[in-house]
Amino acid sequence: MTGARIGRFAHLAFCVLVFIFLVAPIIVIVPLSFNAEPYFTFTEGMLRLDAEAWSLRWYREVLENEAWTRSLANSLVIGISATLLATALGTLAALGLSNPAMPARRFITGLLISPMVTPVIISAAGMFFFYTNVGLAQTHLGLILAHATLGMPFVVITVVATLAGFDRNLTRAAASLGAGPVRIFRTVQLPLIAPGVISGALFAFATSFDEVVVVLFMGGLEQRTIPRQMWAGIREQISPAILAVATFLVVFALALLLTVEWLRRRAST
Amino acid sequence: MLPLLVFLGVTFLAPLGTMLMRSVHEPVVADALPATLAALREWEGEGSPPEAVYEAAARELGAAREARTLGQVAGRVNRLRSGLRGTFTRTAGDLEEVTEGPWREAMAGMDSAWADPGTWHAIRAAGERFTARHYLNAVDLRRLPDGSVARQPEERRIYLPLLWRTLLVSLAITVFCLLLGYPIAHLIAHAPPRRGNLLLALVLVPFWTSLLVRTTSWIVLLQTQGVINDVLVAIGLVGDDGRLSMVYNMTGTLVAMTHVLLPFMVLPLYSVMRSIPPLHMRAAASMGATPAQAFRRVYWPQTLPGVGAGSLLVFILAIGYYITPALVGGSSGQLISNMVAYHMQTSLNWGLAAALGALLLAGVFVLYLLYDRLVGVERMSLG
Repeated sequence: MTGARIGRFAHLAFCVLVFIFLVAPIIVIVPLSFNAEPYFTFTEGMLRLDAEAWSLRWYREVLENEAWTRSLANSLVIGISATLLATALGTLAALGLSNPAMPARRFITGLLISPMVTPVIISAAGMFFFYTNVGLAQTHLGLILAHATLGMPFVVITVVATLAGFDRNLTRAAASLGAGPVRIFRTVQLPLIAPGVISGALFAFATSFDEVVVVLFMGGLEQRTIPRQMWAGIREQISPAILAVATFLVVFALALLLTVEWLRRRAST
Repeated sequence: MLPLLVFLGVTFLAPLGTMLMRSVHEPVVADALPATLAALREWEGEGSPPEAVYEAAARELGAAREARTLGQVAGRVNRLRSGLRGTFTRTAGDLEEVTEGPWREAMAGMDSAWADPGTWHAIRAAGERFTARHYLNAVDLRRLPDGSVARQPEERRIYLPLLWRTLLVSLAITVFCLLLGYPIAHLIAHAPPRRGNLLLALVLVPFWTSLLVRTTSWIVLLQTQGVINDVLVAIGLVGDDGRLSMVYNMTGTLVAMTHVLLPFMVLPLYSVMRSIPPLHMRAAASMGATPAQAFRRVYWPQTLPGVGAGSLLVFILAIGYYITPALVGGSSGQLISNMVAYHMQTSLNWGLAAALGALLLAGVFVLYLLYDRLVGVERMSLG
């Protein structure tokens, strides 16, 4: 039995290390963003918990820097528009896919999900060529369409998953009571699949909010988003201001994660 | 249904189609020098071409200069025979002064390259609208002047080794993810529900966190003046002058990409393991199997669908990865995607970028079909 116990202990210890590997890199930047010095490591003062060594200067720098505030505005405009578009189209498609009478379902599902697995560099290169031809490169609209395309598979996946547990008798009952398709969707289907739709929308938003390659290829100075600005910061000179932005993004990610988990629980009970 | 298909057609399939077209279609020279190319067709290929060719070329070079397409034309021809870029731009400028022939003497006087048949061979080759040249280039082959295909000289073979490296790195990352992901998926799947959910959240936090944030943190942790090196120096494991270089090289790419892709391995493993009743292991133990035997003969075979799904997904995502290698890979940790980006943005050899992209796309497509066959795309899990 001792052999088994040692095995179990080794397994547990290994798991602890893997969890540290997963989470530590994300946690470590949070305290570093309060560094009073322009360094990327803990200064002696910080380790002694010297109040002098900690400061909010990088947060001030981000908030006062117009490049950052403008990129936040761009990220929000592009992200929200792309999310609305992806959610509307993705939900409709998922409703269509969940219809047993749908022909070529497997092929269409594969097609709809393909933007998610296509290497983003390829999508970005293709979009650069095509959107330049049609005059959409270096416009907000072009980026919104591109990001909606990349975010839409997430909506399709989450909504299809929610619809899998959907009792079709409910729509039949509604139809027999005289409701039209639009009314059925609005009053019967939508409330039931709402958690899936919202999760999908959050995934789509997170995708756009973190997307840098398409912006790099297609966006001009006017379309700089937060990830694009971070990219420039990492490539050129890393300033701890990036860590302040990164901390904000970690908090934002936690908020998204908690929301999605809460929705999932609600949907499953 | 239909609206999305139309939307996807315009915003996704059309761009991919444009890219594939780009990889074989090169109309720049054919559009700019149509009369020259037509006149060249009369030429046998020996000695210098007839006067008609020179006359057409002089006129069309001037027109291209006016239309500001001369740079593209010159660049395109220059790829087939280097040095011709300068010849084109200089001669087009000098020709402004010349109003009548004989053109052959005039042009050969400006630049001796015009008397060289090789120049005209290059122009004729560049004038083909459709070309397989980019694909040949992308697999380190080239077309010799006599039309046969040969391998590039040793020192110019870059793409096949890079493709090979991309495959190996992706494979290594898949193996790392499996080694790290399998034990924790097992722990999460068989923990009591509350603790299981908490641990699952620890996997999902990185999944939701911005990729740029995670990449930045790895730079912060791994760089020579970074946190890990500081700790190693502080506890005396390495000297201050012996700091390890763990980022801006292959190590950086491997570590950061394993971190980024690990959740994609854990999630499918977890959902498969959760469906395995603990009773099976207990039954095996009660019949005298050691834990190792029970694992190998009872548990592991049942998790294979998850292993397959996770590995395939991680591999697919890894071979096309761009951002992380670009930021932490330095020069030795670059993958094929970085080369596509290089030709898109720096060398501006878009045809070659498109051909490399098309090869990568074909690889991903095959793996995606395999994934659909083995797992089913509609079962792709999102945590």
